[in-house]
Amino acid sequence: MVEHRPLTDFIAYAILTLGVFIVAFPVYLALIASTHDAATVVGGHMPATPGTQTLENYYRAIFVGGARTSREPVANMLINSFVSAIGIAVGKIFISILSAYAVVYFRFPFRKTAFWIIFITLMLPVEVRIYPTYKVVADLRLLDTYAGLILPLIASATGTLLFRQFFMTVPDELLEASRIDGAGPFRFFWDTLLPLSVTTMAALFVIQFIYGWNQYLWPLLITTQDSMQTIVIGIKKMLVATDELAEWQLAMATTVLAMLPPVAVVIFMQRLFVRGLVQTEK
Amino acid sequence: MEKSTVFNNRLLPYMLLLPQLVITVVFFYWPASQAIWQSFLREDAFGLVSEFVGLENYQALFAQPEYYASMLTTIIFSSLVAALSLSIALLFATQADKSLKAAPAYKTLMIWPYAVAPAVAGVLWFFMFQPSLGMLARPLRGMGLDWNPLLNGNHAMMLVVMASVWKQISYNFLFFLAGLQSIPKSVIEASAIDGAGPMRRFWTIIFPLLSPTTFFLLVVNVVYVFFDTFGIIDAVTGGGPAGATTTMVYKVYADGRLGGDLGGSAAQSVVLMIIVIALTAIQFRYVERKVQY
Repeated sequence: MVEHRPLTDFIAYAILTLGVFIVAFPVYLALIASTHDAATVVGGHMPATPGTQTLENYYRAIFVGGARTSREPVANMLINSFVSAIGIAVGKIFISILSAYAVVYFRFPFRKTAFWIIFITLMLPVEVRIYPTYKVVADLRLLDTYAGLILPLIASATGTLLFRQFFMTVPDELLEASRIDGAGPFRFFWDTLLPLSVTTMAALFVIQFIYGWNQYLWPLLITTQDSMQTIVIGIKKMLVATDELAEWQLAMATTVLAMLPPVAVVIFMQRLFVRGLVQTEK
Repeated sequence: MEKSTVFNNRLLPYMLLLPQLVITVVFFYWPASQAIWQSFLREDAFGLVSEFVGLENYQALFAQPEYYASMLTTIIFSSLVAALSLSIALLFATQADKSLKAAPAYKTLMIWPYAVAPAVAGVLWFFMFQPSLGMLARPLRGMGLDWNPLLNGNHAMMLVVMASVWKQISYNFLFFLAGLQSIPKSVIEASAIDGAGPMRRFWTIIFPLLSPTTFFLLVVNVVYVFFDTFGIIDAVTGGGPAGATTTMVYKVYADGRLGGDLGGSAAQSVVLMIIVIALTAIQFRYVERKVQY
């Protein structure tokens, strides 16, 4: 440190505390709103301290659903979100670790071509080809299915590039040693490469879980039945229903539930998260 | 970079590549080529017959005042979000970098909004600024300002920008902090010995050395504003009022779904594809240059 003036330190703390306040305030309000009854929230004079309706609101949101709008209970949406987020994360890891293994550890005709075919997908997110993708999924009769929610979102190159980068750093001697021990491609992959890749896999899992959980446009288009809705879509539909008459306390309880899993992942697996974030952006 | 030792199997590598290639072709190349093909077709009102119309969809698109309006909205929206979220994040990151003991704790407290879904971030901010019950909307109205993001286009834009900035600060903060921590302390100490004060050091030493990070973040932020803010816009304003928050990506969605104009929507998709490819190309040029630093 160059200089230590008490005033500079004080200003730094003040600015950072303000930052934390700005970041936390909207979520704090949502938490508070989820503990009051409907009238208090809609009245516009909501106190800044928690109310007494916490258990009832969350119970209703999770198991019963709204009264004015015949909405699905959130429990079901949470299951859908979990299934699709984990499906996207695991699916992407599975297909990309295999293809990266092929590209790095084998020589075969069209190797470069295959790599470029995968690589180009980086450039076009699903949003720009949304309706044609919808039509393909509809033609395959995958609307309102988990496969329809998952498969189109794992068609991207981030994972393949990440594993390729990691495999390149694995010393060649390891492969030579296991070949001397008589290991074929399956044994080398299973006994040597996979155990080494655990951290990379975990980092990718964290990033993809958050990505999958937070999807909006795609599930909005391809889920027509309420029973297949993810929680992020569910919140939006709760609010559209009646606007001013919307049950804000339930919507906010749902919002809190929708934030909880991915935020917990970021906070408790911070190291893996930062690692994944930095690596997938290269 | 290539491995010197490899396996020689003939069939196995293709089997390993198969799952990813199949998914990529079915859910990426096929729809993307359909989008391009559709942009040259026009369907009749019932979607039964489509005829080849050449560039007519593009001509119609560029004759639409609404399309230019959505371009302008996108430019205003992107510049505001990128400028605000980058400068606010840089301010917080420089403060956290001052080797405060609490820096790691602040890092944890700052980064978690990354995990909040864009649509959820939109709902949070809408709740605060909803004209009749929002906790922050009431003081605004109390001051005599007719705050109503549901009716006033500028208010709606401000609300969408605030929610988007809020969500993006954490990401920018993380990368700025990493960038700042990788600047050698000796450089900063040397300039301090030469008598440069904190502000001077920041603008003449730190900020220029940080420029690769800043540029990288600028591109990432523009891509973020283009695509990831869809959820925020749809949750907060639905593109309104009167198209005031309809960005180019939102218009692709709205025209195809509500208007049913698939050819026009596909033509917009193609224009967007070209823009994204250009942005990505810029990003890669930058990545290549960074290696030489």
